Amino acid sequence: MITAERKPLDEIMESINGCGRILLVGCNECVTVCAAGGRKEVALLASALQMASMKKGRTLDIRELTLERQCDPEYVEELTPHIDQADAVVSMACGCGVQEVARRFKKTPVYPALNTKFMGASEGPGIWAERCQGCGDCLLGLTGGICPIARCAKRLMNGPCGGSTNGKCEISNDVDCAWHLIWERMKELGIEDRYEDVIAAKDWRTGRGAGPRKILREDLV
Amino acid sequence: MKTESVLEKVLASGELAVTGECGPPRGALPDVVKEKAALLKGYVDAVNVTDNQTAMVRMSSFAASVFLRQMDLHPVFQMVTRDRNRLAMQGDIIGAYSHGINTMLCLSGDHPKFGDHAMAANVHDLDSMQLIQTVRGMRDEGLFQGGAEIKNPPKMFIGAAANPFADPFELRVARLAKKVKAGVDFVQTQCIYNIDKFETWMQGIRDRGLHEQVYIMAGITPMKSAGMARYMKNKVPGMDVPDELVKRMAGVPKDKQAQEGIDICIESIERLRQIEGVSGFHIMAIEWEEKVPEIVKRAGLYPRPQV
Amino acid sequence: MEQFEPTIVAFCCHYCAYTAADMAGSMRLEYPPNVKIIRVPCSGRVDAIHIMKALEKGADGVLVAGCLEGDCHFKNGNVKALQRVTALQPFLEEIGIEGERVQMVNMSAGMGGRFAQIATEFTEKIRELGPNPAKTGASRLAAS
Repeated sequence: MITAERKPLDEIMESINGCGRILLVGCNECVTVCAAGGRKEVALLASALQMASMKKGRTLDIRELTLERQCDPEYVEELTPHIDQADAVVSMACGCGVQEVARRFKKTPVYPALNTKFMGASEGPGIWAERCQGCGDCLLGLTGGICPIARCAKRLMNGPCGGSTNGKCEISNDVDCAWHLIWERMKELGIEDRYEDVIAAKDWRTGRGAGPRKILREDLV
Repeated sequence: MKTESVLEKVLASGELAVTGECGPPRGALPDVVKEKAALLKGYVDAVNVTDNQTAMVRMSSFAASVFLRQMDLHPVFQMVTRDRNRLAMQGDIIGAYSHGINTMLCLSGDHPKFGDHAMAANVHDLDSMQLIQTVRGMRDEGLFQGGAEIKNPPKMFIGAAANPFADPFELRVARLAKKVKAGVDFVQTQCIYNIDKFETWMQGIRDRGLHEQVYIMAGITPMKSAGMARYMKNKVPGMDVPDELVKRMAGVPKDKQAQEGIDICIESIERLRQIEGVSGFHIMAIEWEEKVPEIVKRAGLYPRPQV
Repeated sequence: MEQFEPTIVAFCCHYCAYTAADMAGSMRLEYPPNVKIIRVPCSGRVDAIHIMKALEKGADGVLVAGCLEGDCHFKNGNVKALQRVTALQPFLEEIGIEGERVQMVNMSAGMGGRFAQIATEFTEKIRELGPNPAKTGASRLAAS
């Protein structure tokens, strides 16, 4: 899933400065799972923005709505009846959702309430960690299911480097050395002999290297 | 001979090779480079020139290596994969070769977080292993990594770093095997204080016959003080400093500690040269280059062979 | 000069805090009428939004009262309540409302005296802090 965190409130308030009518839109998928932009967070942010406004002797007209997803035009369409009664949209979706709303409603400014972080998985309640960088050419089969591109601080494909200490990365004791994890997994899978296969230089064109990417499925168009 | 490298010639002759190190300055100060290099001239076969070491911006290793070449010294041009993509790296390699630089070291590089530009993009288009493969391909096949022909390919003597003391220890022999597979010609190890552990690693190397496929140069760094010994023991990742060594340094009055550090250094060299598979020494006397002549002489490694 | 009378909302869990409040009543212990009690099945039922809405609608202070640590009828509802209150305080500071206006307290069902004491002390604390800044702004708006 895509993870995100709420922007500092003063940044959000600054962006809607001067707007009296706000359409505050949440998303029921990834940002709900990481408790950043779902229905609950929309309600909390609306209350906070209202009280911040009341402090200044003003009240805001805040309309709260949570879409199933903001990255699909069919759902974004549901905002149509509300858009003309808003001076601005504040989107609590990830960057994909914010852009989709902006693309559809060109006359109304759309402001992000979140900072989109990474593609990751949950390590436990309240903890999410980066797992994938969308390189476009998955090599997880070679590394025992642990991604060196997302989880190694230097994205080494033939690690570990000389800074690996006690299974931790040189950048911090809180970060596991991905190659230590890969080596341990290789042992568990009985494929240690594969460690010495050199993984050749990566073709970054499948990743961001060749520019913004698109998938086109002829059978679904 | 694969190259014209003086270091290769010394190693191939069977004589113990000696390399030193020169860290370029944090400014456009050519004289600083020349002064450091002058201290080493005649006492080492080649001089490593570091590349934005500890992720702090310094005069590029390319520029500093050119100065060394102009002084008729032989640089080991260090290149980290952290700061450049493969175009820039290959361009620098043929550029360096055009300046008469024919020996290089392929490294990943310390993470930017340790340096003065933690906000920089961490490139790593290639890792050090893939860089070794790339240079090997440029030299032996005359092809760029992308496949096109190189006009007058660079005949680089290819080196890498080896760290017998990093974790996990059980992987450290396999890592050297991997670098050999990638095409490395010589390695310089992290500085050695725990000679027992080094001997264990060397045994593993010999068991696989790797000492016959790659030249191994033992890393040496003289300690200046007990404080330095403690710092290296506790704060530097991938470093193994035995307690006895710290005690020995601390057991000597402060004004005598530097000399004790040099003495320990000489004793280490004596012990290490007996180990089968050790082809030479890489002396990293950082900001203490003036001690290299004493170390080389007392270790019986002076004068350097004329190849 | 009219003295400011704070409005305190106290979310009290049915099993402990509400019962303690009840006991305070039957013991004829006095506590300020400023404290409005809302009974909830467990303090863990109280979510951040309930506290926010209470403040938005004019409360000057909010108490979340649950069972003593380890004694929650629903095992760890009171632990969750404390986590939520603790997380909410910096959020309030971000919009310029003092985090101390919200507090988690614990007591057992028999602690009528403790309930009365907490209610009294908290009311005084909020009186000293003054009215909810959001409220003052809104009343300025109404007055203009």
